[in-house]
Amino acid sequence: MSYFTDVATLARKDLLLELRARDTVPAMLLFVVAALVVFHFALPEASASLAAYGLLWVALIFTAILGLVRAFAAERDQGLLDALVLAPCDRSAIWLAKALAMLAFLVLAELVALPAFAIFFSGIDGMTIAGVALADLGICVVGTLLAAMAAASRARELLLPLLFLPLAVPIVVGGVGASVVENGGRYLGLLAVYDAIFAIICWASFEYVVTE
Amino acid sequence: MLVPVALALIFLWVPEDADQGFSQKIFYFHVPIAITAYACFGWGALKAFLHLWKRPAGADLESYVAIHLGVIFGALTLVTGSIWARASWGVWWTWSSQQLVLFLVLFLFYSAYFMLRFSIDPGPARANISAVYALFGVVLIPVSFLAIRLAEDFIHPVVFNSNGPQMAASMFFTFCVSLAAMVVLAAALYRLELAGKRIDASLRVLREALE
Repeated sequence: MSYFTDVATLARKDLLLELRARDTVPAMLLFVVAALVVFHFALPEASASLAAYGLLWVALIFTAILGLVRAFAAERDQGLLDALVLAPCDRSAIWLAKALAMLAFLVLAELVALPAFAIFFSGIDGMTIAGVALADLGICVVGTLLAAMAAASRARELLLPLLFLPLAVPIVVGGVGASVVENGGRYLGLLAVYDAIFAIICWASFEYVVTE
Repeated sequence: MLVPVALALIFLWVPEDADQGFSQKIFYFHVPIAITAYACFGWGALKAFLHLWKRPAGADLESYVAIHLGVIFGALTLVTGSIWARASWGVWWTWSSQQLVLFLVLFLFYSAYFMLRFSIDPGPARANISAVYALFGVVLIPVSFLAIRLAEDFIHPVVFNSNGPQMAASMFFTFCVSLAAMVVLAAALYRLELAGKRIDASLRVLREALE
C-alpha cells in the first residue's frame, strides 16, 4: 500500500503548493469565463444553440491546457524532477499524483465554468456533466504525461498544445456528442474507453519519459 | 532495383485495365499510399517499443526514420485524397470522408512528433520520449477512428459517400500490384534514409574523435 501513500503524499504536496501560491486555479477560472464571453460574440445570431455546446468544450480543452502547462513548471524550474525520480517510489506514482492534482484544479475551474455556461447560453443536463467528468479524467491522464514530455524540451509551453490537441480529438467528440446527441450513451462509452486505454499506457510509460 | 520495376508496372498496367474514367485511377495511388503510411507508423511504433523494451542500439533512429516516411506518405495521402475528392465530388475537402479526417488527425499528431523530437537535445531522454510518443500514436489510430465514426452523427449530414469501389478482377490485380509497389517504394526509401542517417552519425563520431 505504500504506492498509494506515495501518490497521496505527492498529490497533497501539489495541492498545498497551489493553495499557498494561488496562481494556477484563479488563472483557469478567469480564462474560462473570459473565453465564454468571447464565444458569445463569436456566435452569430442565427447559429444553432447547439453550437454553444461545441464552444463549451473548446473552452474546457483550452482551460485544461492552461493548467497543464503549469503542471511541471515548478519541478522543471527548480530541477526537482531529478530529485523526485531518485526517490524510492514507483515513477508512475509521480504521474498519478500530478494527474490527480490537475484533476482537482480542473474540477474547480469547471465548478465555475458550467454554471457560467448555463447562465450565458443554455442549460446543462446530466449527460453533459457525465461527459465532463469522464473527459476530465482523460484530459488529466494524458495531459500530465505530455506535460512531463514538454517539460523536458526546450520549447516548453509552446509544445504542450501541439502534443495535446490531436490526442484531445476523441475527448471533444465524446464530450460534444454526449451533450448534443439524443441518446448520447455511446459517446460516454467512447470517453470511458479512451480513459481506460490511455490511463493504462500513460501509467506504464511514464517511467520511460522521466528516466534514461 | 525493384522500385523502378514496380513503378513501371503501375504506369503500364493502370491505363490498360482501369476503365471507370480517368479520375478513378488516382484510387490506385491513394489507397496504397494510405496503407503504406499506416504500415510506416506501425513499423515506427514497433521499433519504438523495441527501443523501450530491449534497447538495441539503432532502434531509436529506425523508429524516427519510419515515422518520417509515414508523415511523408500521410501528407501524400491527404493530397491525393483531396485531388480525388475534387475530381469526384467537386470539393477540395470533405469532412464526411472518415479516412481523410483520420489521416488529418494522425498527420497533426505525427507532425508534433517532429516538433517534440527537435526541441529536446539528442540523448537517451530524447530517444525515450520519442518512443513513448510513437507508441501513443498507434494507440490513437483505433481510438480516433472510433471517435470520427461516432462524430458523423452530429457533425454534418452525410452528403457524399466515401466508398471503396467494387472491383473487377483485373482492377483488383492492378490494385494489388500498386499496393506492392508502394510498399516496396516505402521500404526502399526507408533503407535509403536510414543508411544516410547512419552515415551522418558515424561521420559525426569520427569528426569528434579527430578533434
